[in-house]
Amino acid sequence: MKETNISRRSVLKGTAALGLAGTAPMFFVRNASAAGYLNDPGSASSVTLGFNVPQTGAYADEGADELRAYELAVSHLNGEGDGGMMNTMKPLSLKGNGILGKKVEYVTGDTQTKSDAARASAKRMIEKDGAVMITGGSSSGVAIAVQGLCQEAGVIFMAGLTHSNDTTGKDKRRNGFRHFFNGYMSGAALGPVLEKAYGTERNAYHLTADYTWGWTQEASIKASTENIGWNTSNTVKTPVGAGDFSQYITPVLNSGADTLILNHYGKDMINSLTQAVQFGLRDKNVNGKDFVIIVPLYSRLMAQGAGEAVKGIFGSTNWHWSLADEGSKAFVKSFGEAYGFPPSQAAHTCYVQALLYADACERAGTFMPCEVVNALEGHKFDGMGNGPTEYRAEDHQCFKDVLVVKGKDNPSSQFDVLEVVEVTPRAQVEYAPDNEFFAGGDLGPCNNGAA
Amino acid sequence: MDAIFLQILNGLDKGGAYALIALGLTLAFGTLGIVNFAHGALFMLGAFCAVSIQALLTHSKKVKDESITFFDAYKEQPYLEIWWGDLGTTIIDYAVPISILAAIPIMLLIGLSMERGLIRFFYKRTHAEQILVTFGLAIVIQELIKANFGSNPIPTPAPDVVSGSANIGSALGLSDSIVYPWWRLIYLAFSVIILAAVFAFLQFTTFGMVVRAGMHDRDMVNLLGIDVEKKFTIVFGLAAVVAGLAGVMYAPILPPDYHIGMDFLVLSFVVVVVGGMGSLGGAVAAGFLLGILQSFASMNEVKSLFPGIDQIIIYLVAVVILLVRPRGLMGRKGVMEE
Repeated sequence: MKETNISRRSVLKGTAALGLAGTAPMFFVRNASAAGYLNDPGSASSVTLGFNVPQTGAYADEGADELRAYELAVSHLNGEGDGGMMNTMKPLSLKGNGILGKKVEYVTGDTQTKSDAARASAKRMIEKDGAVMITGGSSSGVAIAVQGLCQEAGVIFMAGLTHSNDTTGKDKRRNGFRHFFNGYMSGAALGPVLEKAYGTERNAYHLTADYTWGWTQEASIKASTENIGWNTSNTVKTPVGAGDFSQYITPVLNSGADTLILNHYGKDMINSLTQAVQFGLRDKNVNGKDFVIIVPLYSRLMAQGAGEAVKGIFGSTNWHWSLADEGSKAFVKSFGEAYGFPPSQAAHTCYVQALLYADACERAGTFMPCEVVNALEGHKFDGMGNGPTEYRAEDHQCFKDVLVVKGKDNPSSQFDVLEVVEVTPRAQVEYAPDNEFFAGGDLGPCNNGAA
Repeated sequence: MDAIFLQILNGLDKGGAYALIALGLTLAFGTLGIVNFAHGALFMLGAFCAVSIQALLTHSKKVKDESITFFDAYKEQPYLEIWWGDLGTTIIDYAVPISILAAIPIMLLIGLSMERGLIRFFYKRTHAEQILVTFGLAIVIQELIKANFGSNPIPTPAPDVVSGSANIGSALGLSDSIVYPWWRLIYLAFSVIILAAVFAFLQFTTFGMVVRAGMHDRDMVNLLGIDVEKKFTIVFGLAAVVAGLAGVMYAPILPPDYHIGMDFLVLSFVVVVVGGMGSLGGAVAAGFLLGILQSFASMNEVKSLFPGIDQIIIYLVAVVILLVRPRGLMGRKGVMEE
């Protein structure tokens, strides 16, 4: 028998190495070692961004508007159209010639408002389409799932509409950034307005979407309303996409509560609010007080869907198309001319995120994720519709003013359904990075996707 | 007490929808022996009859929206309002009731086409094959609706006059807090009327007598010189009409989307199994029973004892029934027991 020099130890080492290589996802190795970071466009004339939005499911309306905004952002980045917010953004490094001279192209995915589907479509865009950045989402569950994937893969994730405290709290990641506000900020902005409108003696009943966003919003609003003296009579979780909420609304009728807080969004919000009104809640008088409904997170799309039901109902929003600052006006004009109607807050935050990412790449002089992270952390900017804004380095959360809105009693047009009742200043909604609602997370190290 | 009364109403309301769909499923199974997974799609098509009629009535002219100054915005003004003013507005408001009339011939035609065009080729095939082909058909129908109407739910409101709620408590001399939406009450009454009409049709007409006889012993009816297959085809059309009407009437309660039928189908199959395969009375009784159980399981007092029970109660009952009485509550001995 021929002798070989293969030892048992080297066989074990080889097996271990093969096992590691075999189990490592492709995105950890493809392009990585040669170029230094994943999906480096190198000398190509274009760069690909991945827009991962819900095109079906409970948040499909927001998703459609997000996609419109991304397409508009791409055209502005490539020097087409009127430039939108690139005319008002300060500071601005973008030149209207794509990003770092490369034409911006994009691929899209349907998150279906499901975490697994969202991760699958993001993975496809990273591995097959070579997307250097993923952005989008209209659900915090999805945003957190995709943020985690992007961290593992080594690409930047610019979150779309995600309002859960957890996105930049316990589930924050170094490669992920959120421009949108969060549940805590909604509570901090709404509390004083609700106290002024409805006093300090209220008995509130919460119906809450049963996932991360609903839980954190409920906790934030509960803390905020209890802080102004309100009692919380009950908190009930409802399945996402329940459709018919009658079985959850009827117990409210004789619960003794005089206030219903709907921690729902999208189609769920439209259905639960419409059905609450159909069940006569707004006509009720409990304990000598008129029954009121509150929608802590509002959107104009949602308000339009709910129609008459939203009149007089308070809520908060990240942005509204009626704002009169130069950035908002420029964006509304561009979007309106392109699509014939004003943008939603989902469209706004996605458009801003696309521009902020592109600007960060220009400032960093590279698409390398860790350099882009450095460019975004602590970045201060203005002219994007929310006043002076900062991407806080400690948690990658944008801090800016928050809007408290109310369903308009006499709308002048089909889009004029919400009125801004207060622009809550940044200082009132700001919190320490170690705030209890955001505790438990760690940004961790940045990941370039290099081997 | 008020809470219990309201949950009973809720359960009856939900049960009405389950019973209407389950009745059609049972009719198809009892007569043709078909396990029809496309039945939910018929419910969805009914709802989209309402959507289509509403779209037809609100066909609009684009008019510049002067209130928007940032860009050229347009609002839509329905031609009916332009031509007939308030009368046009009233007609649009009654889109759903008008849809009921339109849905009857449309759904009958769809049902007959489905049976003659596809289902009849699978009478002698196994139930597994029937399920596969009808499930495939349901997916095709869903995708066609999605391609034409998009994936988002489409608001289809009830007429203004019944958009509020009725103070049942005051009317019955009970608590003022017992209020219930008018349209849901109408839906419940509608369900009862349709169910009674179908039972009367099967019980008191010659056609119904032949169908019942055919369900009991098809060969014997054929030997008597009656073309029972033709009767059964009409029954399939009738089942489609019942499912379609259930869908039309449900549109104001839940804005229809392409998936609404599938959401109801699964629950309705459970209803059929609990009621007893092939038993019309069982399907109706189980529909209302499970609707009420689901509502009670959603009460906070119940959920505090058994968290999450509202999500599983129907399936839990189905499991128990299948273990204890495999033929279902009112199923005939031997049916689906092998």
